[in-house]
Amino acid sequence: MSQGNGHDHHEMSFFRKYIWSTDHKTIGIQWLFTALLFIFLGGGLALMIRMSLARPGSVLDSNYYWIMTMHGTIMIFFVIIPILVGAFANFLIPLQIGAEDMAFPRLNALAYWMIWPSAIIMLASFFVEGGAASFGWTSYPPGTGTEVMSTSGMTAPSGGSGGLGQTLWLVSVFFVGMTSIVGAVNYVTTVVKLRAPGMTYFRMPLTTWSIFITAILAVFGTPVLASGALMLLADRVIGTTFFQPSHDGNVLLWQHLFWFYSHPAVYIMVLPAMGIVSEIISCFARKPIFGYKPMVVAMSGIAGLGFIVWGHHMFMSGMNPVLGMTFMISTMMIALPSAIKTFNWLATLWRGNIQFTVPMCHAIAFVSMFIVGGLSGIFMAATPVDIHIHDTYFIVAHFHYVVFGGTMFAVFGAICFWFPKMFGRMMNSAWGYIHFVVSFIFFNLTFFPMHMLGQAGHPRRIAWSYDVLKDQGYAFLKEYQGMNEFITICAFVLGFAQIIFVLNVIWSSLKGEKAEKNPWKATTLEWSAASPPPHLNWDGKIPTVHRGAYEYGSPEGKDDFIPQDADLTKA
Amino acid sequence: MSATNPSVVQERWGGGNSPYSMSWQKLLMWWFIISDFLIFAGFLAAYGFNRLAVGNANWPDQTEIFHMNFIAAMTFVLITSSATMATAVAAAKKEDSATAKRFLWLTILGGITFLGMQAFEWKGFIEEGARLHTNPWGVPSFSAFFFAITGLHGTHVLIGVIVLLVVTIRAARGRYTAGGIELAGLYWHFVDLVWVFVFGCFYLI
Repeated sequence: MSQGNGHDHHEMSFFRKYIWSTDHKTIGIQWLFTALLFIFLGGGLALMIRMSLARPGSVLDSNYYWIMTMHGTIMIFFVIIPILVGAFANFLIPLQIGAEDMAFPRLNALAYWMIWPSAIIMLASFFVEGGAASFGWTSYPPGTGTEVMSTSGMTAPSGGSGGLGQTLWLVSVFFVGMTSIVGAVNYVTTVVKLRAPGMTYFRMPLTTWSIFITAILAVFGTPVLASGALMLLADRVIGTTFFQPSHDGNVLLWQHLFWFYSHPAVYIMVLPAMGIVSEIISCFARKPIFGYKPMVVAMSGIAGLGFIVWGHHMFMSGMNPVLGMTFMISTMMIALPSAIKTFNWLATLWRGNIQFTVPMCHAIAFVSMFIVGGLSGIFMAATPVDIHIHDTYFIVAHFHYVVFGGTMFAVFGAICFWFPKMFGRMMNSAWGYIHFVVSFIFFNLTFFPMHMLGQAGHPRRIAWSYDVLKDQGYAFLKEYQGMNEFITICAFVLGFAQIIFVLNVIWSSLKGEKAEKNPWKATTLEWSAASPPPHLNWDGKIPTVHRGAYEYGSPEGKDDFIPQDADLTKA
Repeated sequence: MSATNPSVVQERWGGGNSPYSMSWQKLLMWWFIISDFLIFAGFLAAYGFNRLAVGNANWPDQTEIFHMNFIAAMTFVLITSSATMATAVAAAKKEDSATAKRFLWLTILGGITFLGMQAFEWKGFIEEGARLHTNPWGVPSFSAFFFAITGLHGTHVLIGVIVLLVVTIRAARGRYTAGGIELAGLYWHFVDLVWVFVFGCFYLI
């Protein structure tokens, strides 16, 4: 029963146990706290963006471009992706498939520790001459590539917004990509090779399925981003001209390479959330998930289609109309599997014995916010409408509805749901409800008005819209300045509400009520291990799986649920 | 662990060794190869995109620039090294360590010869005036893509040679497994396969 290397049964020192650990649970919790650390940096930058928009004319305006670039970069590469495919993938895969650890525990630890050089490089870029990268998280050339080149050949970077900060940004993103790949190949191998006896593919919990599919996406997509980043880096540092139209490079090439990864990355940021939500909804509706196999097929469909829709980010960049039509149709087709999933969630809730626990509230918030974000996505999938709303606040509203309203609520739900398993204590639910209600209300108050701003033509990525005091700026935005101020106030409340959550996490992990093995009466394998599970999870007794993952409300069991490892023939 | 992993597929599999019975290490290597292959795919797709964008007529005529016989010889050396690698893996599986070691050394020799020939080709190019951002034959991206793609491939060959050296030295000390040699072999065949694509896309078309 040896599972690779790095498993010693003797007592480990504090350092080996919590810092240089190869235990998947410790690594998962390390990822979680790393992401929670960065969420405050990214969130602080978001509030700076809002301050600049509400009160134009401050010093923030001249720093606006790097602030919004780093907000996007940190939230995507250091918060959302690490929390989903770092924290929950690590913590849950072995527990849910009945393995003692990952297939390659040391590789797993390496993937976590590789995020730190990358993070340090990214953080260092705040302090170099010229400041951090400032071309948006998409880093479109020629802006990102021009500074280094003069017509005579190579020159040193001339500082300014495209200076060293942008170079460090590329290096950092390249390393984050490597972290993703190293993590993903390990997850895939673990799911394929280490499932417990009886754990067939179609008995796996949907969270594991979603992470499995996400890991495959990461393996296929990330290398292409890495190749693009290497080329752009070469443009900046050693003087090639891959993306420089001044020579014979092509700016659209970067957009193709970038979005070939970054569109699937959008699904990397939402598929695990979908898996988590399926799990929570089924548990607290006390019903089997409606359409288990269609859920898996829909996730695979989203992942597959995700690779042929990247062009919809480039409708306004100029492309052959036939190609535009093709990308429009393939994009609209993604609505199909997404709708299948949404209706399956609703059907699971239908006539369920619904318990509105804190995780359940977050899961239902995910579904409703995902519907809003999904529907606004159809607007921009349609090329004629996209021409109007492209690069406006409508886009900002759309993706925050999906990533914050969707994924972040699922993440909050997941933390509340698996908290007993992670720390052996229950989370305080009173403060959990307060955090949920405040976040939900102020999330909508912050981001819903952005739809209207966008319809009115408010561009994204500009430092100021209309300066009321000096009476200057875009005149057509004058009447919307009040809305901008309203959004900013709500954004601050939303931001400060997250402090409640973090305090709750810290307080509950130290002082919370002790959790039993299976506080939610859930069926999946992780709840058959102790809370928190010991090293190697089941003390060497790997559970045997007898049934699917969501046997809730079954008349066969003595309770209203049958755990996956329950052997009814023996009872 | 395989005993605790009964898979319905495995029971129904009727085609000899089930692919599901491969070791974890081998599965990981395959996934690594897929991701590494996609890095090359990114570069080759970028090259194709750029070449179409500047127009095929503006693209330098490779047959006038490259010494095709020399390139063909390079390709021959690399593909031969794949054959010697396969022989070494087969010998290692039969626990014929003398043959395995001999063919591992031959593979390393093939890799080093390829790298030497590539260095010679680069040297000739640089002497004729090819740089990363300019070249005497036409569009600047021609030489940029040449150095980037063959450089990336050469780096992979170099890494492969180092890996093979480690494996061979371990084998010489009696510390090796057939599985370990097979993994190194998988990587080596992958590097050779990529060269076939590079050769086809960059030199021939």
